[in-house]
Amino acid sequence: MNSPISSPDTRQEEFLKKHRRNHRVICIWRFFLLVLFLGIWELCAQKGVIDSFFFSSPSMVFTLFLDKMKDGTLLHHIAVTIYETMISFLLVFLLSLICATLLWFSSGISSVLEPWLVVLNSLPKSALAPLFIVWLGTGQKTIIIAGISVAIFGSIISFYSGFQNCDPEKITMIYTLGGTRRDVFQRIVLPSSIPVLLSTTKVNIGLALVGVIIGEFLAAKQGLGYLIIYGSQVFQLNLVIMSIVILCIIAMVLYKSIQLIEHSIKKKMGI
Amino acid sequence: MKNIIELQNISYSYHTLSGETIALKDISFGVKEGEFVAIVGPSGCGKSTLLSILARQLTPEGGSIRIENPDGSLKYPRIGYMLQRDHLLEWRSVYRNVTLGLEINHMMTPERLAHVDQLLEEYDLNKFRDKRPCELSGGMKQRAALIRTLALDPSVLLLDEPFSALDYQTRLTVSADICRLIRKTGKTMIIITHDLAEAISLADKIIILSKRPARVKAEMPIHLTLPDDSLLAARNAPEFPYYFNQLWEVLTSE
Repeated sequence: MNSPISSPDTRQEEFLKKHRRNHRVICIWRFFLLVLFLGIWELCAQKGVIDSFFFSSPSMVFTLFLDKMKDGTLLHHIAVTIYETMISFLLVFLLSLICATLLWFSSGISSVLEPWLVVLNSLPKSALAPLFIVWLGTGQKTIIIAGISVAIFGSIISFYSGFQNCDPEKITMIYTLGGTRRDVFQRIVLPSSIPVLLSTTKVNIGLALVGVIIGEFLAAKQGLGYLIIYGSQVFQLNLVIMSIVILCIIAMVLYKSIQLIEHSIKKKMGI
Repeated sequence: MKNIIELQNISYSYHTLSGETIALKDISFGVKEGEFVAIVGPSGCGKSTLLSILARQLTPEGGSIRIENPDGSLKYPRIGYMLQRDHLLEWRSVYRNVTLGLEINHMMTPERLAHVDQLLEEYDLNKFRDKRPCELSGGMKQRAALIRTLALDPSVLLLDEPFSALDYQTRLTVSADICRLIRKTGKTMIIITHDLAEAISLADKIIILSKRPARVKAEMPIHLTLPDDSLLAARNAPEFPYYFNQLWEVLTSE
């Protein structure tokens, strides 16, 4: 047999090269799809295939974006929405951590509350928003509470089931070393639930944004949700679409940053 | 020598909505200081329940247990418990795993930590102290779990099928290795196993339990003439087949 066999190094290199090429092709296609979509949209609007009064067009949205950035109002609306989202997200995290911990420590409380949590979680939370307005008035407090209400129940349930899913033998191990229930929680339950906490958190940031936008639809004088509702009421569809695009970008950035945090924590913990 | 552990008429039942399951019935035996006792019996007969009672994780419904400290004092004796798997925590370094017991009991004193260092050195784990458990081999993980147990300086060690998660080859050497290390410490050991050969090769005395509800069927002292001091020497002892057959007979007889 005289066929040349390449050394492991070059084979590994080839594999990496192929992998990188594949990745590049996928990225190019993703970008191409976006450009294609925008191009067709723009073309249709210019040629009058679609009515740009109702459907707007990429160039109109972009012009509006530049105008609004110049007068500074847009940045303010974006900042308001992000601020409200972050506050409700952080409160959701804290509150569900506290509630799930209480549920874990008291099996009595958890068996009494579990069905109610499930009911509250399956309720469409946007139905609650009008109630909050009546109770709390219009303002940031209402919006933040709307944001919390969307994510909190699911979050408590996920955290709690994460706590319950940890290895019972590891718990026994702590008891055999003379530990208490608090040691079990601190040294086994909490650290082994961190992957669940992080993945729930990633979902929560999106849900908090949903809740905040619902809140802004109903009870705000600022924020992107307000811009969307205002735009649709005065038939400024450019404004509506621009706000939606910005929301898309915000959602993506928030998700990605949580993902980055998740990666770094997991790496640090070695899991 | 007098018994350091004395069990008298221990009984225990599990209660569920569908009824009562008697796990243990009138179990009595004694264990001398420094003795290695193996408990064998059909699977599901209540061996682990018995060990949990000894470790005071469960309270027996009847009977009494007396466990003495080696120095004769009556203060609560320390019992070390090794479970079926090593249960090293992946998010802690090896060192923080072996000191977990000390941490929980607020006993991170210089003397205790020096003892841990000495054990790490003795068991060839010192260069791995800052590594993650996943970087250790199966045998090294068991040694680390043993150090975690020994760090609290127990007078009695309970081992609940401690090697059953290992593959057969590793298990042969690791079980012999771990028991040799424990023997060096001079501590009393009670091991549960369903592997008859393991029981004969490790123990000074085998206690044979019947199927559920478990009672003591027989106690069998083991005396092996070791041909050499290799890890597997016990399995090559001339008396080994004799004990094996006898054990088999007792276990299978009604």
